[in-house]
Amino acid sequence: MSAGVLQAKLWYAQRISAMVLGLCVAIHLAIIFYAIRGGLSAQEILGRTQGNILFAIFYEVFVLACFVHAPIGIANILQETFPRSGLARPLSFILALLILVLGTTAVIGVFTGGQL
Amino acid sequence: MSNTDLKVRVWRGSQEGEFVEYLVPRNPNQTVLDVVTYIQRKLDPTLSYRFACRVGMCGSCAMTVNGVARWTCRTHVSQILQGDSLEIAPLNNLPVIKDLATDMREFFNKWKGAVGFFKGNQTRHDDFAKVEPHSVERQLANAGIECIGCGVCYASCEVVESRPNYLGPAALNRAWTLTNDVRDVQQLERMRAVAGDAGCHACHTQGSCTERCPKAIEPTAGIAGLKKLVARAAIRGSKWGKL
Amino acid sequence: MSARPKLDYRAKSHLSYFAYACHRFSGLLLACFIPLHFLMLSQSLRGAQGFEKSLALTNFWVFKFGEWALVILLAVHLAGGIRLLMIEFGPWKGLRKGWIQISILFAITCGLLFLYFAN
Repeated sequence: MSAGVLQAKLWYAQRISAMVLGLCVAIHLAIIFYAIRGGLSAQEILGRTQGNILFAIFYEVFVLACFVHAPIGIANILQETFPRSGLARPLSFILALLILVLGTTAVIGVFTGGQL
Repeated sequence: MSNTDLKVRVWRGSQEGEFVEYLVPRNPNQTVLDVVTYIQRKLDPTLSYRFACRVGMCGSCAMTVNGVARWTCRTHVSQILQGDSLEIAPLNNLPVIKDLATDMREFFNKWKGAVGFFKGNQTRHDDFAKVEPHSVERQLANAGIECIGCGVCYASCEVVESRPNYLGPAALNRAWTLTNDVRDVQQLERMRAVAGDAGCHACHTQGSCTERCPKAIEPTAGIAGLKKLVARAAIRGSKWGKL
Repeated sequence: MSARPKLDYRAKSHLSYFAYACHRFSGLLLACFIPLHFLMLSQSLRGAQGFEKSLALTNFWVFKFGEWALVILLAVHLAGGIRLLMIEFGPWKGLRKGWIQISILFAITCGLLFLYFAN
């Protein structure tokens, strides 16, 4: 794949994931505003998410969209700020890994509530 | 209107140099080009600068005035004066030859690099090409063809500054107008030229080009069009072939 | 003798650049925050009590401030992102400066809503 085709595909992937995130973030903000009324405890969080397959699917989609979107953005920033450092690829790969692993763990965590 | 002199700081030197202050008498209806001309004719004949038409048609007199790229013949001093001082420097992002004159070769080379030139496959022996003036493509092309290559957009772009290979708004705008020229036969090469690290996807929609263009051309629009075109070609192929 | 001048704040003092800067800044901070956010949420694997214990960390005021700032950053990034999607995929209607103004209002509203609901 030529450099041009790679850049174009990365741009497209980032924009498509942005569209998904636009929806997810809007919904998430609404959920957060609803949920934080009167404080937010672990019990309350798990009360809503535990066993709730719809929440789990929604948030896993959210995690996957972040996993695509954020590393590409970070790679761009690093490439422009530190052009000859070679940091862009490794750091964005690490971010991608962190988002995927920690995010999916979090989704499994709130879905199972520790009862694996 | 006060009668105090203008304090004009002008860049002298090339890549290294300094700002030198000159005192220029204030006049009504004075443009920045008038100021530069006064300095060179009356105060310091060693000052180098460019101009041609002096009436806002050629784009040769573009310089950085108070930090912003402008046509000096179309910039009234009263419009941009800060107290009684102004600062004049060469266009950014281009190597300085001397004082206010920059080396525009890379600007025009990038135009070529973006395949910003026309090539058709008809000859004088063929019938006229029929281009429908109200077609979508022609209207898109018309929106960008008035560019005279003054360099103001290029000098205003931070992406040009941070990515030296970036083709820049003028070259990409020209590429876009030709992408929408139904007679042109180099569409595949053009798409390949504007893809990549140095191409349209490096644009971050900062919008300085559109904000500063003295002809109200909107390179941001053309670049957005190229981004979509190239992305779709990369994934699905285009009517001109695979990227 | 000094180096020739470069683009400075004067070249960038326009609304569209400000929108870009906010979008980049908020995106960068969010990217740094998200792994920590997921790490905190994954403590739910410890069950309700273990989760509650880790959440107790967030009672420090610096976390409360951080949460509030992040909601605003998220709102800014969302609004700026939709503007970019409109510019890149939608019909060309200029640099969408009206949208920038709405985005600022949206971000302020989210910040205020957060304060209102959280207390």
